[in-house]
Amino acid sequence: MDGSVLFSLRLSLQVAAVATVLIVLVGTGMAYILASKNFRGREPLDILLTLPLVLPPTVTGYYLILFMGRNGLLGKYLFHWTGWSIMFTWYAAVLASFIVALPLMIKTTRAAIESVDANLIKVSYTLGHGEFKTFFKVILPLSRRGIIAGAVLSFARAMGEFGATLMVAGNIPGKTNTMPIAIYTSASSGDWSKANMMVIFFTLVSGFFIYIANKLSKKVI
Amino acid sequence: MFRKLPKLFEIRSLVIVLIFFVGLVFVPEITAQSTYEITISAAISLKNAFEDIGKIFKERNPGGRLLFNFGGSGDLARQIEVGAPVDVFASAAEKEMDDLDHKDMIIKGTRKDFAWNRVVLIIPMKSPIPLTSFNDLRRGEIQKIAIGNPKTVPAGRYAEEVLRHFNLWEDIKDRLIFAENVRQVLDYVARGEVDAGMVYSTDALVRAKEVRIVAQAPDQSHRQVIYPIAVVKGSKKEALAKEFIAVVTSREGEKILESYGFRVSGQRK
Repeated sequence: MDGSVLFSLRLSLQVAAVATVLIVLVGTGMAYILASKNFRGREPLDILLTLPLVLPPTVTGYYLILFMGRNGLLGKYLFHWTGWSIMFTWYAAVLASFIVALPLMIKTTRAAIESVDANLIKVSYTLGHGEFKTFFKVILPLSRRGIIAGAVLSFARAMGEFGATLMVAGNIPGKTNTMPIAIYTSASSGDWSKANMMVIFFTLVSGFFIYIANKLSKKVI
Repeated sequence: MFRKLPKLFEIRSLVIVLIFFVGLVFVPEITAQSTYEITISAAISLKNAFEDIGKIFKERNPGGRLLFNFGGSGDLARQIEVGAPVDVFASAAEKEMDDLDHKDMIIKGTRKDFAWNRVVLIIPMKSPIPLTSFNDLRRGEIQKIAIGNPKTVPAGRYAEEVLRHFNLWEDIKDRLIFAENVRQVLDYVARGEVDAGMVYSTDALVRAKEVRIVAQAPDQSHRQVIYPIAVVKGSKKEALAKEFIAVVTSREGEKILESYGFRVSGQRK
């Protein structure tokens, strides 16, 4: 494999790994809140967090530019105070992957948490455990397969993110050209041999991830 | 959640959804029956000029549909190579047209050079950085410079030539942001997402309120920006395709190109 392909591979793994860590932390918390708390605004919150799953990634990317661009609603202040903008950096690729893959984590984890026997949770409370302890000692261990399945799916989705990533991180060789973007460039510049290699790799890896996720989530239910 | 809903409601909503999708199939076609349809793949820098020229073409050939496919010339050439149903191709550089020509994918004798352009350095209108020349790109405050991806965007290739001419390429390589076409470069600069960018002078005019031209690349710093146009081999509407080219190269077409800042044949230095 030539250097640029290896770089894209490494970058894709790096982006997906960082995004997945954030997704697991935020996604599990969100899933728990959505599954166990009944508050006003739960439905809107659920819709907002699930939207990126259904929206075209270009729409998600557009919103990200609107918020995080150098002149964006938040990005403006970030650039003003630090002189730094997330746009066209690999952090932007992480952000895009995070937003797009988060719903997969929340959906899978929420289902797993909701399927935990309510009696076990009540018992935990009756025996004097607080919510915090109950979450870590009872709910998390019982829904761990769902959480791992969600993490695996999120990782795969994050690694394959293209549309939103291209819009916020751009296509900078040696900096932000993740593998899906490198495939796009290779195909549109006629570099078929390079594209073939990356496409085959992606197909195999994705198939492997689905296999893992299937194995895990079958045992959840 | 659905389990709690009464069955009747479930069935009713299913029916409504079905009717909606079936209804979509029967939406009457908005456009009237077209007598012809031709597709023109053109360098995106030609967008505004070609849309105006298209209006003239449609006045002369009423009843049909003219489809424009604007993009980076490299992408467009690749699409044609893999069999996109395109009738006319207009490129922002000789290279892409030559590539198709060597692969015998354009009709010999229909190829014409019809416009010339200049490469300029632009900055966002509100930029606080006092940039006045290409050499200023070395300044530390310039963090991000947008150019077209030299692999597929002619404007990016010209930009690379200019930067190499000024011995800047190696020094500022790490600050370059590659865009998919020249209008994306323009957009990055207009939005203030980057500190500077290189586009054609005609592009800078399109968003003259948002970007400022600070320097024009000298003629000897890059290959001449030539726009060739030709009929694509396999076009099912060859006569109309030739007619479109005739409109582009007519005095009327040239006037439109000039109004957008292109140089046209005869005026060439």
